[in-house]
Amino acid sequence: MPPSYAPVAATGTLTLTAWVIALPLLGAAILLVGGRRTNRFGHLIGCAAALASFVLGAILFFALLAKPGGQRSFDQHVYTWVPVPGFSADAGFHLDQLSIIFVLLITGVGSLIHIYSVGYMEHDEARRKFFGYLNLFLAAMLILVLADNYLLLYAGWEGVGLASYLLIGFWQHKPSAAVAAKKAFIVNRVGDVGLSIAVMLMYSTFGGFGFAQVFAEVPAASHRTVTAMGLLLLLGACGKSAQFPLQSWLGDAMEGPTPVSALIHAATMVTAGVYLIVRSNAIFDASPNARLLVCIVGAVTLLLGAIVGCAKDDIKKALAGSTMSQIGYMILAAGLGPIGYVFAIMHLVTHGFFKAGLFLGAGSVMHGMNDDVNMRHYGALRKYMPWTFATFGLGYLAIIGCPPFSGYWSKDKIIEAAFAEGGTSGWIFGCVALLGALITAFYMTRVMLMTFFGQKRWVADGGESLSGSAAGGHEPHPHESPWVMVIPMVVLAVGSVAAGFLFSFHSAFLNWLEPVTGHSDGHSPINSAVLQVITLLVVVVGVGYAYLGYGIQQAPAQAPLGSFATRAARRDLYGDAFNELVFMHGGQLLTRVLVYFDSKGVDGVVNGLAAGLGGSSGRLRKLQSGFVRSYALSMFGGATLLIVALLLVRG
Amino acid sequence: MNPDNYLYLSAILFTLGALGVLIRRNAIVVFMCIELMLNAANLSFVTFSRMHGALDGQVIAFFTMVVAAAEVVVGLAIIITVFRTRRSASVDDANLLKY
Repeated sequence: MPPSYAPVAATGTLTLTAWVIALPLLGAAILLVGGRRTNRFGHLIGCAAALASFVLGAILFFALLAKPGGQRSFDQHVYTWVPVPGFSADAGFHLDQLSIIFVLLITGVGSLIHIYSVGYMEHDEARRKFFGYLNLFLAAMLILVLADNYLLLYAGWEGVGLASYLLIGFWQHKPSAAVAAKKAFIVNRVGDVGLSIAVMLMYSTFGGFGFAQVFAEVPAASHRTVTAMGLLLLLGACGKSAQFPLQSWLGDAMEGPTPVSALIHAATMVTAGVYLIVRSNAIFDASPNARLLVCIVGAVTLLLGAIVGCAKDDIKKALAGSTMSQIGYMILAAGLGPIGYVFAIMHLVTHGFFKAGLFLGAGSVMHGMNDDVNMRHYGALRKYMPWTFATFGLGYLAIIGCPPFSGYWSKDKIIEAAFAEGGTSGWIFGCVALLGALITAFYMTRVMLMTFFGQKRWVADGGESLSGSAAGGHEPHPHESPWVMVIPMVVLAVGSVAAGFLFSFHSAFLNWLEPVTGHSDGHSPINSAVLQVITLLVVVVGVGYAYLGYGIQQAPAQAPLGSFATRAARRDLYGDAFNELVFMHGGQLLTRVLVYFDSKGVDGVVNGLAAGLGGSSGRLRKLQSGFVRSYALSMFGGATLLIVALLLVRG
Repeated sequence: MNPDNYLYLSAILFTLGALGVLIRRNAIVVFMCIELMLNAANLSFVTFSRMHGALDGQVIAFFTMVVAAAEVVVGLAIIITVFRTRRSASVDDANLLKY
């Protein structure tokens, strides 16, 4: 069935769409404008706004569910944003099968993380501000996924960028956090420029940027224009979703509080790029070249993130590499076109569950270990944090794709879809996806073993090993986190376990999304049962290899020097070094050349002219010698000349 | 008598006056040389007046004399004042008004 985009005006229950956004926006306004007066109960308002928004989302979901499959697309026009003759931008919302999935994911995971943050940020003086920012993020993200035109989507896009910046730099007294926030903002800006140019291109080509108008007119537009739009949208997606070559900010973004990493930098905001591509399926369907590039970006990032994740000792950075890699899977799937759109979104949702759960688990571990993030200082924590261990473990099984956990259902589908692309590219993308599954199994097992198994390698705050003398500093006393933190982890773990199966049961997810994205089965060169066995074997190899390295042997408390590859991966495969060399130093060189040209060239001409005039007039001045007779001589000479000239002229 | 001769005389007198102004330093002498040039000009006026049979030149000669007399009064007064303050009548010494 081809995808269609034919919304009708929302009525009745469906007009609640705008309120889904309004509630967190209101929450953010109260918390940020109310100031210190709301300090005491601010976190409760924040949680209430998120939960109420989730309840509204659920009501909308059931209202959609009650409609027949092809008629689940609704538009709600709120007001005309920019009413200028010849140009009109509307604030209108579009509710369909795709956006409601995002609404549920954002508000659902968002609510859980709000609740978790109540415990996690309990001792932070600025907790009220934190919840204000979180609500602001929810509102912006909901605008992004509910907008019915690209301009409003762009507004939400920038809004989540702002919220991300504020939250990464939440502990701005730490220079590393302040710098990481700036880095995230600037790298995102590169992508945002791509998206904004795409919107402008749409306006100049189609005379508008509403989804309905753009999607209707894309088939008639020139192939080149559509490809350009696709590539610009991809650039935007790369920035927001930390895809190659704009991936460098995500690792540093882990400087933010852990709930932020879980919500924004794992479950929701970084998946906005996938949403953008899937939502713009009309554009990408019309341009195979743009799709191919999307696939390549996804495949490269998939491997790059996974390799980086293998070498990091910082638990959050290892998970950040994993996030990058998993989003690479989604982008790869989205690039496959109708074969993969549905599975990209399905993996996005399951990933939202298990990755948020893993991050919350990591936050819980840090909470118990004096905020130490180095996994080499963990070990044997399973006895001390049984709940964290259990939920983290379920998330771990989900992410490596162990059946019947959710990652198995979604990731396998992506691997199958990659092979189903057919041809050489299908083989290449399929094998890359398989290799990614192997590395994923390896690095996640490594994280698991280093954190929860083996022997204690705890160190006191001062940094000395526990087995030595722990003079000075506090020894860590790992303990289970309070229930307010445990419950969200449990809920997410349930999601990690069950979501995949529920989605795949009678192809429920596929049938739900098909009217929006379309679907085709492709023609896989490999039998899907065989492929599943191969995938499982690959995962077992990855787990086994990690067990040899980190289960049987003990990971040393001091990071060994490692091979060249390890050292490269620890430094994000020299991504930052490359950026610094090419863009920073290159830019500085360019500015220096320009400054040189300006000071020596432009200023030189002007200054030289002035100096010449000054010098010559200084010499001319000397003619005023004060000697009357020389004046007389010059007058005499002048008069003589005048007379001679007159005589000559009169001839 | 050929009126050209008056003009030659006038030219010689003017040249002498001009050279005096340019060469001599004593303010009084310079002053006298200026008078010499004025009178050379007067001589030319009168000569041309006679040659053309008109009175214009004669009238201008009288004007010149009147103006020269007034100028002499002012000029001598300045020279004497300068001499009193500076004990010198050299035009090269009075060179304060310069760059």
